[in-house]
Amino acid sequence: MSFLAGHSAEPSSPLSSRPEHRPGSPLAVHGLTVAYNKKPVLWDVEWDAPEGRLIAIVGPNGAGKSTLVKACLGLVPVVSGQVAFFGSSLRRSRRLVGYVPQRGSVDWDFPVSALEVVTMGRYGMLGWCRPVTRRHREAALACLDQVGMADYAGRQISQLSGGQQQRVFLARALAQEAQLYFMDEPFAGVDAATERAIVDVLKRLKENGRTVIVVHHDLQTVRDYFDEVLLLNMRVVAAGPVDEVFTIENLRKTYGARLALLEQASSALADLARVS
Amino acid sequence: MSIGHESGVWPSLGETLHVLTFQGGFNTSVVLVGVTLLGVAAGLVGTFAVLRRRALMSDTLSHATLPGITLAFIVAVMLGASGRSLPVLLAGAALSGILGVLTVQFISRHTRLPEDAAMGAVLSVFFGLGFVMLSYIQTMATGEQGGIGKFIYGQTATMGVTDATVIGIVALGTTLASLLLFKEFRLVCFDPDYATVLGWRISLIDLAMMALVVAVTVVGLRAVGLILVIALVVIPPAAARFWTERLWVMAVVAALLGGLSGYLGAAASALFPRFPAGGIIVLVAGFFFLLSLLFAPARGVLAAGFRQLRLRRDIASQHLLRGLFEAGEAGGGEVVPAAALRSRVHGPAARLALARLTWQGLIARRPDGLRLTPKGREEALRITRNHRLWEQFLMAYADLAPSHVDHSADLVEHVLSSDMVEELERQLKARGRLPRHAGPPPSPHPLASGA
Amino acid sequence: MPITLASFLQIDLPAMLAALLATVSCGLLGNFLVLRRQSLMGDAISHAVLPGIVLAFLFWGSRATWPMFFGAACAGVLAAVIIELVRRLGRLDSGTAMGVVFSVFFAGGVVLMEQAAAHAVDLDADCVLYGQLEDILWLAPTGLASLLEPAVWADMPREVTTLALTLAVVSAVVLLFYKELKLTSFDPELATTLGFPAGLFNVLLMVLVAAVAVAAFEAVGSILVIAMFICPAAAARLFTDRLGRQIWLSLGFAVVAALGGYLLAASAPLWAGVPSALAASGMIAVVAGALLGVAVLFAPRYGALARAMRLGELAEARERAAAEPLATNLSNR
Repeated sequence: MSFLAGHSAEPSSPLSSRPEHRPGSPLAVHGLTVAYNKKPVLWDVEWDAPEGRLIAIVGPNGAGKSTLVKACLGLVPVVSGQVAFFGSSLRRSRRLVGYVPQRGSVDWDFPVSALEVVTMGRYGMLGWCRPVTRRHREAALACLDQVGMADYAGRQISQLSGGQQQRVFLARALAQEAQLYFMDEPFAGVDAATERAIVDVLKRLKENGRTVIVVHHDLQTVRDYFDEVLLLNMRVVAAGPVDEVFTIENLRKTYGARLALLEQASSALADLARVS
Repeated sequence: MSIGHESGVWPSLGETLHVLTFQGGFNTSVVLVGVTLLGVAAGLVGTFAVLRRRALMSDTLSHATLPGITLAFIVAVMLGASGRSLPVLLAGAALSGILGVLTVQFISRHTRLPEDAAMGAVLSVFFGLGFVMLSYIQTMATGEQGGIGKFIYGQTATMGVTDATVIGIVALGTTLASLLLFKEFRLVCFDPDYATVLGWRISLIDLAMMALVVAVTVVGLRAVGLILVIALVVIPPAAARFWTERLWVMAVVAALLGGLSGYLGAAASALFPRFPAGGIIVLVAGFFFLLSLLFAPARGVLAAGFRQLRLRRDIASQHLLRGLFEAGEAGGGEVVPAAALRSRVHGPAARLALARLTWQGLIARRPDGLRLTPKGREEALRITRNHRLWEQFLMAYADLAPSHVDHSADLVEHVLSSDMVEELERQLKARGRLPRHAGPPPSPHPLASGA
Repeated sequence: MPITLASFLQIDLPAMLAALLATVSCGLLGNFLVLRRQSLMGDAISHAVLPGIVLAFLFWGSRATWPMFFGAACAGVLAAVIIELVRRLGRLDSGTAMGVVFSVFFAGGVVLMEQAAAHAVDLDADCVLYGQLEDILWLAPTGLASLLEPAVWADMPREVTTLALTLAVVSAVVLLFYKELKLTSFDPELATTLGFPAGLFNVLLMVLVAAVAVAAFEAVGSILVIAMFICPAAAARLFTDRLGRQIWLSLGFAVVAALGGYLLAASAPLWAGVPSALAASGMIAVVAGALLGVAVLFAPRYGALARAMRLGELAEARERAAAEPLATNLSNR
């Protein structure tokens, strides 16, 4: 992997310059290429997320929506490219970044209560070895209340419904008090009450000037819920305000024929990365 | 089978050859044959167990045989029979081994505990129970308890013809059975869901597989011991995996490696009766595993490293060739001054590539710089064309800006197969962007001048 | 042998203390192993420490605590690293990688041990496999009164002090990093995004497991250590949905297993009619297993019986629900 990065850092033609990024942008993705074998891939993604907006990432299955989020957060290996948060590295801005993973990503049989899960969102502020104090537990409870789950604080998480579990995850992200949130398919398979709760939270986050990036699969609701949209299908098809970008033409491009060659090349690249 | 060495004295070459060529006495030879057959059978059965991810289930099973052995011993002695009767002890071992596997299945099916916790618990608790019974046997006045210890570490030195015969028969039987069930095992290992759709009873096939593992494990106890017999089931197949991508080759290699480990291990323990046979056999198998991991051409570590080195060299070569070509294109003339190439030729891989290209006659060194030979020009043309075709593709289909495509194409040109190039040409032609002449299309972005 | 106060203090008390400290240390860590589905890593590491122990022994020529501890911890961590390497480089599944590595390590240990035995010293395979709880003696106390003298305590057997120290270290680490261990066990991805690297805690846990496996192997042996790691925690898992409660419960089970197992083995002459005591370490594993067995069958909510009954009720309710409309239909007609 290292040699690929090193190699790409030395473009064959020095004149191929790239646009400069605004330093304050909450998320700046630069030339991000992610290649797995037979998994969603990303091809040279170039994107600046505008601050204080609700942004949907939209694209067909296997377009690499979750991969983009995970690659930004350093959860999957990257072939080349850089990601900057608020003009600096992820390491430096961890406190500013919150994450709501897909519901299937954890063991819901784990022996913790809903409140304890939400309290985990505060761990980043607590730092190493510090125990959880009353103040943080109260803050966590307030977050649970915001998503309408205060009555379930003491419940073991496996005894919650799918929508309630999703709201617990949302409350945990709120407890992080981050500036930028990533949410991976929060609306997937939830009940109407949960959907409303999530939309409420999104609105409130926006009012407080936070940026929220949501992997979204429901085209019907994009216009209602979001300000900005990123159309993704292995590469960025279009990005910008919903009114301008969310057009039939762009959607056809996004959901059109898959670029088999791009996939094939990525797969070959992944082999190359694995060999090294 | 005792050849009678003092501890610490090495056997002579003659003695070693004697044992290895089955001339070390009838008993030694029989044991050698028996353990070799055991290795073959375990390797074959283990191939399926490993592919079905049952490696640690086999471990649980073998640990769980101890209470069966001790209970069979106690019952036999209480009934007035000999506690050393091999069939009785092995029957006990098989029963409690199966009971252990069933317990694991019960726990993981009917409670929230994961399978690995169930396996660990069953393994250790059954073993503990066996140990308690062993301490009970120590208090019995039979004078036969010494035989039990052989089941824990294994000892070939005291094996008799009967032991070896039992091993041989069971080994032949399991080999035959796994050959007969080859098709079923293959499908269940690869795609159990599909097997279900075909109407096969997966649980039945799994049961047959575990029964074969039980058979091999139980007869292996005497030779290898119950803690290490799992190694014969797991290590040879894991080693064989490095040599091939085909199941039947893997099975054959696993059987060969297993047989060889058994043969060499048993011979070594005939020469050094002091050492527990199980340990030696497993170390031999482990040695084969290490060799396979490092040196196997198909999936070995060194082979992968070598491939990577070659890839790096090729990438550097292609990079250099395209650089020279583009420099010529940009109007720099035939000979490119060395100074202009400095950005391209740095690092050991690039220098190696330069030396190799010169040696192959693709690049000629001139006092004032480098020049592509006609042969080199042809190759450079091909590479540059692939690069530009990919750039065109990215612009036409992936809507990337011209200023971006060079960076993206830079990596891909090295992995484009001829099939992919054909597909590229087809798609570009469909959009009318394939150049009519055979040469590369012009670069969509400005090239670095002078270099 | 009649039990006197002196014989209890000299023979039974140190053995019980050693068993207790060993099972409690193992039980504490076992909670995390079971929750992370790494139970078998405990198994693999406890097998793999053997060559480290024997090598340290051969090198230093005595059963001094620290060299053996060092050797074993090195072997345990080395095995964990090699398992990971073999898994990645060889592209094998983790079960196979574990099976290969720990059996080769153990085989190496067994063969080395014969080498050690050739030097006529007191390290034999059996004591490594089964431990030697019965050989832990505390000769200093002669009666209750002697317990007040500091000199008597200074003479505490080495195994017991080592185990006490191990338990202290393990408890301190778990207390200090409780929050981090909980987070990385539940959601390693979130932990990583919050700046607590999940991989680091995995390594920490493995080092602790290796250390405990080494400290405990003298008392309960390398295979029975696995029972202590898994059984109390697994049993507690079936009784509660709170991590804190689960840990306390598992410690309780560990205490019951240690004391119950030891007493059951020591009192065997009374109930089994054998001339001497049975193996205490094995009996501790059996009691731990029995506790787990009871939990598996009878735990109020998550036991097999309770589940079966719930399923039965569900099926009954469904049948009733299915039958009802039919009945009303019939009566309407």
